Amino acid sequence: MYGILFISPWIIGFLVFQLYPIVLSLYYSFTNFSLIKPPDWIGLSNYILLFTKDKNFYLALSNTLYIALIGVPVQLVFSFICALLLNQKIRSQVFFRTIYIVPTIMPAVATAILFRWVFNPEIGLVNSLLASVHINGPTWFADPNWAKPTLIIMLCWTVGSTIIIYLAGLQGVPTELYESAEIEGANGLQKLGFITIPLISPITLFNLITGLIYAFQMFTEPFTLSGGTDASTLGRPQGSLLFYSIYLYQNAFYFTRMGKASAMAWVLLVVIMIVTLVTLRTGNRWTNYEIR
Amino acid sequence: MQNRAALKETPIYSTTKIRWSKASKKISLITGIVLLILVGSFFFLPWLWLLSSSLKTLDQIFIQPPQWIPKPIDWSNFSKAITYIPFFQYMANTLVICAFVVVGRVISCSLVAYGFSRIRWPGRDFVFVLVLATMMLPFQVSMIPLYVIFSRVHLVNTIVPLVLPAFFGDAFFIFLLRQFFLSIPHELQEAAIIDGANHFDIYWRVILPLARPALITLVIFSFLWTYTDFQGPLIYLTSPQKWTLSLGLRGYFSVHGAQWSL
Repeated sequence: MYGILFISPWIIGFLVFQLYPIVLSLYYSFTNFSLIKPPDWIGLSNYILLFTKDKNFYLALSNTLYIALIGVPVQLVFSFICALLLNQKIRSQVFFRTIYIVPTIMPAVATAILFRWVFNPEIGLVNSLLASVHINGPTWFADPNWAKPTLIIMLCWTVGSTIIIYLAGLQGVPTELYESAEIEGANGLQKLGFITIPLISPITLFNLITGLIYAFQMFTEPFTLSGGTDASTLGRPQGSLLFYSIYLYQNAFYFTRMGKASAMAWVLLVVIMIVTLVTLRTGNRWTNYEIR
Repeated sequence: MQNRAALKETPIYSTTKIRWSKASKKISLITGIVLLILVGSFFFLPWLWLLSSSLKTLDQIFIQPPQWIPKPIDWSNFSKAITYIPFFQYMANTLVICAFVVVGRVISCSLVAYGFSRIRWPGRDFVFVLVLATMMLPFQVSMIPLYVIFSRVHLVNTIVPLVLPAFFGDAFFIFLLRQFFLSIPHELQEAAIIDGANHFDIYWRVILPLARPALITLVIFSFLWTYTDFQGPLIYLTSPQKWTLSLGLRGYFSVHGAQWSL
């Protein structure tokens, strides 16, 4: 009985702040609900409308998939390379580790503000540097074609926690393996491809899944980048930064279409679950677990 | 002895090969350091740029090519930054929320983690899997109903919606603390029981003092995530005098366009 007593805070919290709201949200998703009037049952209309009529829904979904399918792998590869560099045995490594990891601590709002400015077309750092070698830089966040790639560059700046996890993994790889490979005459690239990458594949899978879940819910960065004050300007320029949770927020708190927003939330829940399960399943095929 | 002599006579590598491999090691070391610095500048330059322009006047910011060390150095931006938005007000608001969340999480998560690690009861592991499963639930699914509930009881635009859930545990931190509690030797608990301690005594006098490193981790992460949280305050805090720092930062943009130098 003591056990139940000790975990009772979680049980209450789960029922009140998670289970009840989620069930309620499922109910709202079948209603027309604007907060002022009580919800009005309309059956599947919200879902049908989303999937057949709503162009912005598909736009937001494809933008989010773009980040998940391109942004997340880019982040993973980049943070893996960073971890490899930080794992070299040289002095002053602590200094470099600090520099690589500190940007992660910045609030996402501050990071977005900083990068809006670093990528400012006229006076930003990047275009000034490009101008000094006589290259006319693109307008970055202001250009619909460049906005998402620029966002990915920005996301690469805050991969500190992924780097830390990779670094811990790299230090767990037994050194005997490298030594015996050296005796066999393996070069650095072979050691990387045949020892390091397979051995830390479970960590890659972990980083991939947490990265995907984060990408599907990404909100603060695009919100700040495309205005950050008024819901009507969200997704600028030309909807290129209209991500799923931004569009959901817009529907819920700007157009007060709570029913439609709830339907979107449920679609998101299902998508995240499918993606996580598929990644886990397929991941087991390329992941090398140590079986002892 | 014989074996050793044999090994000496037939070296595995010829001396030229060793010299070559030493040189290649040096090359790879140098390329490693060069790459380390190159990638490091990607992380570092934005900071430097931030610092440099925080010391510039508005005119200096538009100078092309940009000066890395502004002449003359203008310190006034820092005091302007603090007065341009009600900085200390936002800071105080943020800290109050952080304090409540951290205290709430320390109490609730440690109690729950104790129940999941130091007491055996039927169904424990099943319930724990449920706790882990809740980590997968996106914030957006419960966001709307919670907002509706809090607005029904007129708690929107107060800090209650932001701090109350912290007093009922958090899956990630329960997981973290449970793993740590499991590593504390059982003998301590048994000794305490012989001395007549009940579970609350053990929790309070044995486990919590020993779990200080894990609790400190909880405090740090909890503080950081609450401090930098954006979407929660954005939804619930409507009047500007209640804003947190994350919300307030946008003020530099909204009032008169971008105030880059601040």
